[in-house]
Amino acid sequence: MSQQGYVATPPYSQAQPGMGGYPAGFGSTPAQPLYRHYGGPPQSFPAPPTGKATCLWSPNPPVKSSVYVFLPIGLHQVQVTRASHWNCLCVTGQFGGQMAGPGMAGPGMAGPGMAGPFQGGAAQMAGPPQKKLDPDSIPSTTQVIEDDQAKRGGQVYTTNLRGQVPPLVTTDYTVQDQGNASPRFMRCTTYSFPCTADLAKQCQVPLATIIKPFATVPKNETPMYVVNHGETGPIRCNRCKAYMCPYMQFMDGGRRYQCGFCNCVNEVPPFYFQHLDHMGKRVDFYERPELSLGSYEFAATLDYCKNNKPASPPAYIFMIDVSYANIKSGLVRLVCDELKTLLDNLPREDGAESSMVKVGFVTYNKILHFYNVKSALAQPQMMVVSDTAEMFVPLLDGFLVNFQESRAVINNLLDQIPDMFADTNESETVFAPVIQAGVEALKAAECSGKLFIFHSSIPTAEAPGKLKNRDDKKLINTEKEKTLFQPQKAVYEQLSKDCVSQGCSVDLFLFPSQYVDIATMGDVATHTGGSIFKYSNFQVERDGQHFLSDLRKDVEKAIGFDAIMRVRTSTGFRATDFFGAIHMNNTTDVEMAAVDCDKAVTVEFKHDDTLSEETGALMQCALLYTTISGQRRLRIHNLSLNCSAQLSELYKSCETDALINFFTKSAYRAMLNQPLKTVRENLVNQAAHMLACYRKNCASPSAASQLILPDAMKVFPVYLNSLLKTGPLVGSAELSTDDRAHQRLSTTAMGVEDTQLLLYPRLIPLHNMDVASDVVPTPVRCSEERLTDAGMFLLENGCSLFLWLGQACPPELIQSIFNVPSLAHVPVDLRSLPELDNPQSKKLRSIVDSLLDQRPSSMKLLIVKQKDRSEIMFRQHLVEDKGLHGGASYMDFLCYVHREIRQVLT
Amino acid sequence: MATYQEFIQQNEDRDGVRFSWNLWPSSRLEATRLVVPVSCLFTPLKERPDLPPVQYEPVLCSRANCKAVLNPLCQVDYRAKIWACNFCFQRNPFPPSYAGISDVNQPAELMPQFSTIEYVVQRGPPTPLIFLYVVDTCLEEEDLQALKESLQMSLSLLPPNALVGLITFGRMVQVHELSCEAIAKSYVFRGTKELSSKQIQEMLGLTNPAASGPQGRPVAPQDPAVTCRFLQPVHKVDMNLTDLLGELQRDPWPVPQGKRPLRSTGIALSIAVGLLEGTFPNTGARVMMFTGGPPTQGPGMVVGDELKTPIRSWHDITKDNARHLKKATKYYEALANRAAVNGHSIDIYACALDQTGLLEMKCLSNLTGGHIAMGDSFNTSLFKQTFQRVFSKDYNGEFCMAFGGTLEVKMSRELKVSGAIGPCVSLNAKGPCISENEVGVGGTTQWKICSLSPSTTLAMYFEVVNQHNAPIPQGGRGAVQFVTQYQHSNTQKRIRVTTVARNWADAQSQIQHIESSFDQEASAVIMARLGVFRAESEEGPDVLRWLDRQLIRLCQKFGQFNKDDPTSFKLSESLSLYPQFMFHLRRSPFLQVFNNSPDECSYYRHHFVRQDLTQSLIMIQPILYSYSFHGPPEPVLLDSGSILPDRILLMDTFFQLVIYHGETIAQWRKAGYQEQPEYENFKHLLVAPLDDAQEILQNRFPMPRYIDTEHGGSQARFLLSKVNPSQTHNNLYSWGQETGAPILTDDVSLQVFMDHLKKLAVSSAA
Repeated sequence: MSQQGYVATPPYSQAQPGMGGYPAGFGSTPAQPLYRHYGGPPQSFPAPPTGKATCLWSPNPPVKSSVYVFLPIGLHQVQVTRASHWNCLCVTGQFGGQMAGPGMAGPGMAGPGMAGPFQGGAAQMAGPPQKKLDPDSIPSTTQVIEDDQAKRGGQVYTTNLRGQVPPLVTTDYTVQDQGNASPRFMRCTTYSFPCTADLAKQCQVPLATIIKPFATVPKNETPMYVVNHGETGPIRCNRCKAYMCPYMQFMDGGRRYQCGFCNCVNEVPPFYFQHLDHMGKRVDFYERPELSLGSYEFAATLDYCKNNKPASPPAYIFMIDVSYANIKSGLVRLVCDELKTLLDNLPREDGAESSMVKVGFVTYNKILHFYNVKSALAQPQMMVVSDTAEMFVPLLDGFLVNFQESRAVINNLLDQIPDMFADTNESETVFAPVIQAGVEALKAAECSGKLFIFHSSIPTAEAPGKLKNRDDKKLINTEKEKTLFQPQKAVYEQLSKDCVSQGCSVDLFLFPSQYVDIATMGDVATHTGGSIFKYSNFQVERDGQHFLSDLRKDVEKAIGFDAIMRVRTSTGFRATDFFGAIHMNNTTDVEMAAVDCDKAVTVEFKHDDTLSEETGALMQCALLYTTISGQRRLRIHNLSLNCSAQLSELYKSCETDALINFFTKSAYRAMLNQPLKTVRENLVNQAAHMLACYRKNCASPSAASQLILPDAMKVFPVYLNSLLKTGPLVGSAELSTDDRAHQRLSTTAMGVEDTQLLLYPRLIPLHNMDVASDVVPTPVRCSEERLTDAGMFLLENGCSLFLWLGQACPPELIQSIFNVPSLAHVPVDLRSLPELDNPQSKKLRSIVDSLLDQRPSSMKLLIVKQKDRSEIMFRQHLVEDKGLHGGASYMDFLCYVHREIRQVLT
Repeated sequence: MATYQEFIQQNEDRDGVRFSWNLWPSSRLEATRLVVPVSCLFTPLKERPDLPPVQYEPVLCSRANCKAVLNPLCQVDYRAKIWACNFCFQRNPFPPSYAGISDVNQPAELMPQFSTIEYVVQRGPPTPLIFLYVVDTCLEEEDLQALKESLQMSLSLLPPNALVGLITFGRMVQVHELSCEAIAKSYVFRGTKELSSKQIQEMLGLTNPAASGPQGRPVAPQDPAVTCRFLQPVHKVDMNLTDLLGELQRDPWPVPQGKRPLRSTGIALSIAVGLLEGTFPNTGARVMMFTGGPPTQGPGMVVGDELKTPIRSWHDITKDNARHLKKATKYYEALANRAAVNGHSIDIYACALDQTGLLEMKCLSNLTGGHIAMGDSFNTSLFKQTFQRVFSKDYNGEFCMAFGGTLEVKMSRELKVSGAIGPCVSLNAKGPCISENEVGVGGTTQWKICSLSPSTTLAMYFEVVNQHNAPIPQGGRGAVQFVTQYQHSNTQKRIRVTTVARNWADAQSQIQHIESSFDQEASAVIMARLGVFRAESEEGPDVLRWLDRQLIRLCQKFGQFNKDDPTSFKLSESLSLYPQFMFHLRRSPFLQVFNNSPDECSYYRHHFVRQDLTQSLIMIQPILYSYSFHGPPEPVLLDSGSILPDRILLMDTFFQLVIYHGETIAQWRKAGYQEQPEYENFKHLLVAPLDDAQEILQNRFPMPRYIDTEHGGSQARFLLSKVNPSQTHNNLYSWGQETGAPILTDDVSLQVFMDHLKKLAVSSAA
């Protein structure tokens, strides 16, 4: 089957409900050109030289049963006669009629969709040709997701094979660890590395792994085992210091082992000796997690602790901006009230009765107020530090306390804080000193921890880290646009370093009413494993719940502190670049003040030497960290990949979701140093190279007009296009600089699931959901064409949640969801759905709840009525359409990419 | 005429002035030959229960550079209503309010018995007293508890309208806000960072940056609500502050093994000074600093926090090995000067077993008139009672403390002022009557004394500038006027004027008169102050040599002897005790640093240069009383010969009160005879010195260390180190008598000292 090397692995070659039908329907059909006007000058791409381009849909006859997607676009057919033009549309029309199954689009879709071109074409015979091409004919992300779910959903994924490609992130599967880390922890852009650097260079496919060391593991999968070797600590290779893992080859009757990474032969320590069985396997293979599993933990010894002192449990410090803005908006009271209950849910070890995490409180405006909440006190005590130039922490004993013990004093304090500052008229704030204070406090207490900062405005008070408004829209689309995203001051850089060396993570909750320079303010958070939450023009009634659920998730989530990660690889390649909410002091050690269950690090690899197909490519990610109860641990994730001298192998085992994660992070980083235009061009160029290389080396010869995509990457263009249309990269003066910076920064630590969802939101039709079933209705493609006037849709991308109501939405549905008679009565400022006792309402609410539950941060529900002004925000997320602020539609982009590919090939 | 003794006593009682010479040599040359300069001890606020203050403004001489106050020495023309200034001879008309004046209707200031008179004047709004407590929290739990109690107690002693403030320090410095109701609030400062006064005020929120004028001139903080956050009337915050003090915790920062606690004394004081500077400039205020150890960090640090490096000793200082000494001293001096300029005084209450850095910090109190109290622990009656006595009241029920004093001295044109030694700083008031020879704090006619008590005494040094060839007519008198303005503890502003005059005498023809007018007690103290003042800046042996030379010169001048015949040497009665004072002064801790730590020396010197004559003499030559069955208690010689087995001795050195039981008495006591009814007289004997000691303890500030010891007791060393070692292990057997107790010392005895003095005095070579 795979003589040519481009036939997919068995799972893919099996029937594909959607795709499998194409060849059948088109196999015998000759190439049928389909005109497609390339629009006016697209915002992101230079216009094609002709101003007119033609798209042609045609499968490639020789590979009928193959999984390839062909999307030939023949520029040479510009001169195609009007007749063939018509012809082609007809065919498409037929196709649409034939293919529009229940899973593809509603029956109504095909009709209007087809009508457009005809009418348009008729009206503009001499002018630009019609705009519509059957949207179902291009690779569909929802389809791919659905297929994978159908094929691999609900199954057990056993990690016993080297280089096997895991199910998609959207697929629901169970992992059984048999020697390789679960894809939840590590996911690669490709599971088959090219053997040589030349090959890698040729194909330009990035070799990267996205590591989410603390990824949440579903309840039905085994939790992490902890291996304790006592005083001696974990067993490591003498040369490369890799930890004991399934890739260590025992020999010499079990007396020695060869390191799989550096091939060094080490003595087995006497206490660890074990006989080998007839297969050369240790007898205790199954008893020792470090020999049989891909992921496990070692208990660390004092050697792994700071100053050789045992670590202490971390501390959470809540730092509340009590300047005028926050008092007035009611935020301070909201936070204080919430903390009283929230602190009962601080993270704790499994099985522990109460959390070991200590808490501390600071309020601030221009000056800082620390609170002594020692349990012995009758009243909390406030200590004011006004020396913001050189921050220090005024007290040790009584600042960081156990919540359970000091509950009375803390509650007393939280009651008083809103009143104490009720009459404040201080509107200036400081920021850097606040973080500094947190670091100093942790330093003094000799522990790691996390700062929760609730901040309102750009820090203009005279203190280190004072910021100026530098939001200059004139810079957009110029060489200097990048400066908007570069952090302003060296102060913050030093602060990040201080934070990381103390294991102090910063979570920033921003409540701005205007520009606050997130690029700078968020800098520390994004280097310390923290998160940035932003609530513009915060109002308690409107945004309170949204903020509180973010806060709850953030406080409660599983997390490790003061972490150092090292990625070791077998000889021949090595980790060269790291992306994430991390800090790098040298080129190998990834330092993270904290790492929680949602933070991922993307690691890029480069060749040093030739890899052997036989041994493959091994990687071991070792993360040294402090647990929530103050124990020092080493978390090890091992993963083995294949190596191949055949590029087709590589393309076959590519992972589009991981690829786009890498592209997103590298593009967002590049935009700090390069003009956005260059960044965008580079992205497209690399994509074109990847695809061109595939075409040249792996696909069977076909007409140049055909666009050929490898199966594993067939939806890559839609993601890439979506990425190009994201706020940070789009370069539009209509977007707020803060929002762009915010999105850029929040993406740095995203895992594959998050980037996937962000770049291809879920659009869930609700009007025809089956209220009896408990599954979420299948999402449809993110395009305006999929909306129906009589429909109701839910759209979510991990950050926002929209409920779109069509103009002709049935009143019964409206009634059952909102308890109002008609669409006109639906209040748009609704922040949560009313709890009504009917199946529709229950179903919808359960869908929303389950979505909210799955995402790392809370999403604010926005009700959007069709043709309302607020619809614009919603439409931004329809990523297959032309971008509102620029950016091509999916179809246009495909044409563009195809043109680029052809250029590469010629 | 009364004897000089009576004259001197009378003058002291009336004016609080004791001159070294009560007849003044009439020329500069003769004055210098008298060795002891024309000088006086002046007690500005000498208690005068019989002196009612007058309720009007003093009348001043109209000459711009004179401004002397009308006094009994002025010549008055009642008819023309004109008076002549006795200093500059300017003729001044009386003000209109004196229209009714006549030789039978004189205002008080013209009556001879009112040579000292006090005016109550109305100037500016009355300002309450201000007390700012600066409390070290790096104390042992027990000490801190005791200190807290003392402080709480002190609140009840303060006048209800007095303003109080609280600063605590340890590793950090906390300024406590007193006005807040719900939450105890304090402003915290880093203990290592020096801040300017302006920065401190800004950080405390005392200045409103918006309110500063367009020229950037900061507007004086007038809003009482703002300042009152830190300084509140006692009656308002009594409860709050009591609670606050009660909740004071030991400094919470852990002190690692082998380290001293980090104590930011320097910054705490600078914040206290800065706070008062910003809120109450030129108003009487008292900073009371309580510390339990040396400053160990930040500016003003005296010793590092490593316990293995001990605090500087005299040995280190002479070897120039005290690395923080100079810097710290300079720092505290600058602080003291800032406080002094604003009329704020700083007290130091230092209680620790080791040194606390008084050597470096002494200037804080010395320059601002503050107290220094030194003890072993805050949990001792020594501290508790000393502290309580700070708030003692006079016969009128008013505090024995006055603030913001300035002392101005005016004198006849034959005299110039060389300087003053006492708890004062120069105000740099220039004038024609300033001598070029600076003695003590000179170069000015005005001094600031930030805090005064009735016993505060300054030594003033003058120079006779009259030339030899311009004789003063017979019967001429020189006059000196002291004008002391101060803030009375009842918030009144007062001016006390003392005008004294002495006759001029021609030293050649009237040397006997001059000799008999010699006040040897005052002179001893005046010379001792000079010696102590020199000792602050010079090497100990140099000072001793200087003192010796002065003594020899004095003996040469006034002794009667045949050349080179020591046995013929005689001194007149008015000088007879002087050499003995000098002998004890040489042995005193003011000049002898051996056996005294630098802190102790500073402490002793501090008190020596401010106490009145009586107390100063006790310090120079302690008093020894002997109790026996042979008669009533009697003062005995401060000599080892007075230590007899059947005696009880009571020694008062001002700083210590020692009760010493002789060998026999001690054995009896041990045997418990006093319990038996038949030996009741013994019981009485035992009790007698205790009662007398109690009486001394009642009135002494600071509380002396009370020591009850006996023959052979370790504490007996306090007595043995003070007495004249007439018998030592060197001459014990040569004396061959069984009287007294030998002292194991190589020090010379008074006898040897005197012999040597005579020899040198009569030597023609000298």
